[in-house]
Amino acid sequence: MSMPNETELHAYLDGELSNEAREQVEHWLASDPAAADRAETYRQQKLALQQLFHPVLDEALPPRLQALASAPAKPRWLPTWSLQRLAASVAIAIGSAALGWFGHAFYRPPPQFAQSLPLPHQAAVAHVVFSPDVRRPVEISAEHEDQLVTWLSKRLGTPVRPPKLASAGFELIGGRLLPGNSGPVAQFMYHDASGQRLTLYVSTENTGNRDTAFRFAQEGPVNVFYWIDGKFGYALSAGIPKDQLARVATAVYDQLDKQ
Amino acid sequence: MDSHALLAELPRLRRYARALIGDRAAADDLVQDTLERAWSRSGQWRAGNELRTWLFAIMHNLRIDQLRKQPPPLQPIDDEHGELPTRATQSDGIELADLAAALGQLPEEQRAVLLLVGVEEMSYAEVASSLGIPAGTVMSRLARGRERLRALMNGVTSAKHLRVVR
Repeated sequence: MSMPNETELHAYLDGELSNEAREQVEHWLASDPAAADRAETYRQQKLALQQLFHPVLDEALPPRLQALASAPAKPRWLPTWSLQRLAASVAIAIGSAALGWFGHAFYRPPPQFAQSLPLPHQAAVAHVVFSPDVRRPVEISAEHEDQLVTWLSKRLGTPVRPPKLASAGFELIGGRLLPGNSGPVAQFMYHDASGQRLTLYVSTENTGNRDTAFRFAQEGPVNVFYWIDGKFGYALSAGIPKDQLARVATAVYDQLDKQ
Repeated sequence: MDSHALLAELPRLRRYARALIGDRAAADDLVQDTLERAWSRSGQWRAGNELRTWLFAIMHNLRIDQLRKQPPPLQPIDDEHGELPTRATQSDGIELADLAAALGQLPEEQRAVLLLVGVEEMSYAEVASSLGIPAGTVMSRLARGRERLRALMNGVTSAKHLRVVR
């Protein structure tokens, strides 16, 4: 190449040239004041653009984006509309709770979940997705409970076992492995004599080390009791009345406590 | 795909989207769509490849889809169509506002290259890969875009100058 051209002027400014080509451009600029003037304008333009948009980097990330970055927080197999509907119903639940007598104790995500989807929400979504499934509600059925326990314990890296809820009128259907905020979680599914399904969501992702008492959340048609016990987070979800669900939650809690 | 690495790229994705589109809410919507598509296609990303380039490519393709669905944008009002009220001050803030307005008048394909090279400080090769165009096209769009922006800013400055004199 002989004379550097306009394209090389830009490549020069952007540090894209070899040493030899850079020297050629510098030589050109030294002898052509108009070109040197343009180069200086482009250089300042580049700096001004950086200055103009740099402040965006320091803005707090909107929670909806942060949640999407922290993990495959939004289950990929879930259509957008149903998430939106769930979100809308959470908003309604929070709104009506604020008005109601139960307000302050209602749905308050523990701080350790601040950067990801709250446990009751995840559990409710998982419930809504799998419990209506007639043919394959679980991956391993209750007939192979030993396999289920071995597999899930291995994948979660800690012993997990489905509690027996016959006293509360519920029988185990089976369980499955699901993606949580940062790793695997387990879901056990039960049904009662009328076919009403109930799921127990077991997460081992809790790093907050803060145990909690029972908390209650309502996600659309799904009621959720949840609590934190060491690294475990448990959430019991079903479309049954709150007091009935509370009795089952107590039965679950009592058994886990004895394990 | 590592969520920490993804989180680290988020501010840049937001900055680029904001600079490209202008509107904050629309830009964040584009970033959100990008993240969703990235997760749904995380199998296509191979460790070792530049995550940033891959994410910007996803965002670019989504943006192209958006533009195809959208009606063509309204013509910006420029000096030929009547004077816009501007204050005859020379502070940095006003100049940056002028720059943002002038940037908005560039064709989007030129604006994209200008921002990826100038603000995101990508190499020409990275820009080519993100936008799916040859490096030569990156260079020609860059040269045309910068020259156009310079002309627009000169127009603003001289218009201002006239007002000051008057």
